[in-house]
Amino acid sequence: MSTEMYQRMKANPKFQDLVARRSRFAWTLAFIVLTMFYGFVLVVAFNPTSLGQPIAEGSRWTLGVTAELLMFIFFWVLTAVYVKRANTEFDALNQEIIKEAWKDKK
Amino acid sequence: MMRNLLTSIALLGFSAATFAADAVAQTEKQATNWHAIIMFCIFVALTMGITYWAASRTKSTSDFYTAGGGITGFQNGLAIAGDYMSAATLLGLTAMVYTQGYDGYIYMLCFFAGWPIILFLMAERLRNLGKFTFSDITAYRLDQGKVRTMAAISSLTVVCFYLIAQMVGAGQLIKLLFGLEYNVAIFAVGILMMVYVTFGGMVATTWVQIIKAVMLLSGGTLVMVLAMSQFGFSFTTLLEKATSVHKLGDKLMYPGSLLKDPVTAISLGLGLMFGTAGLPHILMRFFTVTDAKEARKSVLYASGFVAYFFNVIFLMGLAGILIVGQNPEFFEGGTIGGKLIGGGNMVAMHLAKAVGGNMLLGFLAAVAFATILAVVSGLALAGASAISHDIYARVIMKGQASEATEIRVSKIATICLGAVAIVLGILFEKQNIAFMVGLAFGVAAAANFPVLILSMYWRGLTTRGALLGGYGGLISAVLFVLFSKSVWVDVLGNAAPLFPYTQPALFAMPVAFLLAFIGSKTDSTVRGKTDLEGFDDQWVRAQTGFGAASAANH
Repeated sequence: MSTEMYQRMKANPKFQDLVARRSRFAWTLAFIVLTMFYGFVLVVAFNPTSLGQPIAEGSRWTLGVTAELLMFIFFWVLTAVYVKRANTEFDALNQEIIKEAWKDKK
Repeated sequence: MMRNLLTSIALLGFSAATFAADAVAQTEKQATNWHAIIMFCIFVALTMGITYWAASRTKSTSDFYTAGGGITGFQNGLAIAGDYMSAATLLGLTAMVYTQGYDGYIYMLCFFAGWPIILFLMAERLRNLGKFTFSDITAYRLDQGKVRTMAAISSLTVVCFYLIAQMVGAGQLIKLLFGLEYNVAIFAVGILMMVYVTFGGMVATTWVQIIKAVMLLSGGTLVMVLAMSQFGFSFTTLLEKATSVHKLGDKLMYPGSLLKDPVTAISLGLGLMFGTAGLPHILMRFFTVTDAKEARKSVLYASGFVAYFFNVIFLMGLAGILIVGQNPEFFEGGTIGGKLIGGGNMVAMHLAKAVGGNMLLGFLAAVAFATILAVVSGLALAGASAISHDIYARVIMKGQASEATEIRVSKIATICLGAVAIVLGILFEKQNIAFMVGLAFGVAAAANFPVLILSMYWRGLTTRGALLGGYGGLISAVLFVLFSKSVWVDVLGNAAPLFPYTQPALFAMPVAFLLAFIGSKTDSTVRGKTDLEGFDDQWVRAQTGFGAASAANH
């Protein structure tokens, strides 16, 4: 029975649309996080002194501390953005797909 | 010396316990700390009450393994944060910022960065496909018996290494913080853990974790606020003063020795990020929530708490440089810059005492004990479910076991794991266990994660590929650590390591992926064909959550 439902869902163009949109969104965000994080790791590995420089003349805030604090905040904001969109837009579409599969069955 | 010690331990992987254990090992038992003991007893009484309540609600296997799937995203977020922030985080990272400054902050980002990735690529699929253990997902369309056996073996390997590290760390820490004997502490942790898990299952384990996370977050915040009030809440003032007195001077805010070698830096980043995504006790938490929506929210809350707390720790460590580092009261013999009383990991504790007196010190010590207890309970439950759900119910009984016997087996497994943990904790008391957590993360990243992610994303994965990849990752991670400096030289006493790097992830993960790929591609068996055919249904279920295990009604 489940297999039948799964096939109907898969045949629904909305399903293809959901998968495409959600995957694109998730991979874009993942790419941003991975690039920034491993970019930062590479700077730590190859050019550590640059991170000790102050962000402005006479400031105590260094580039490294500022960049990292911003990454903590930014990465968390990205998770919030993903959860917001996935729990509203994507989940609504998801419910439609399941409902339509049930309807087809009857 | 402290600096080198910290660096070498830090490179191996991460855990409070490791950190704590190693630095604490050479220290003497402290005077009995009654504030801490009373506060810890209150915690135990409270959690025992919860366990009693939870026991009455733990009837089915689903209650036992996943709290009936009825935990909310917010509760689970706190519990995940609790699982993730061990005593190492509090003590080890504060100490690391205190001695190395900015390096500690880099380390914390490495620990944090895995969470968004888990959310984007794994969280909802885990919830949609899994039921009780992550092997439910890897074995979804593959040969149940063989794949579950493999996943259970690598889960148990991770759990055992992690347990040893936590138990030894617990014993050393409690000896130090509470002034109790090492063996007394080991038995206390082992027995309390058995009680929580056997009677209360996942419901009790989750609440122990939640209470501990709230205590940890509030205790840390209080210490940080009291400490920062001495600097007019100005980060600039704090930095200015800290760099002027610290022996590193301005270099305090530069990346130091921690990640100077690029291979180690990248391998560590990979190991921490993907090791987190392969830890059985963390993965299990995703099955406790109602649906994919709550699973996503769990990660949002968990990562928020973790990110917040890491920043609190950074401030605590910097404030410690001034408040603890400049106060002769906290040094042996009263010489500033000498050896800290109780060892390098005591910075957070001394800071609590300096800003909040014995009450706050007692509270923070109780939090550290509670933290270890909660992490150990989560590990034991994950290990027990691998034995009872995967090996007993699915492999031996082929799905024919009744719920009641399955629960009984998992309770027996918990007691056995508890006993094993106590015995190993005592055996390893004098050993250098610093490599254990590195090994646990390495195995998680190389054996669990590749097969798990491939089973969800790659249609072409077959049973043969999964087995080759899983066992290959497990064996190579263990061998890389065995031949590295941390075991080959430091434990076995050989002159030079056979493998030059201490972090296995960068090398063992490709081995696992490659073997899984080759094993699947060359697979022309009938089983292999069935495996591929199962992917479509699994894919639709992973995406939509239709047919996913639902929350029990109660």
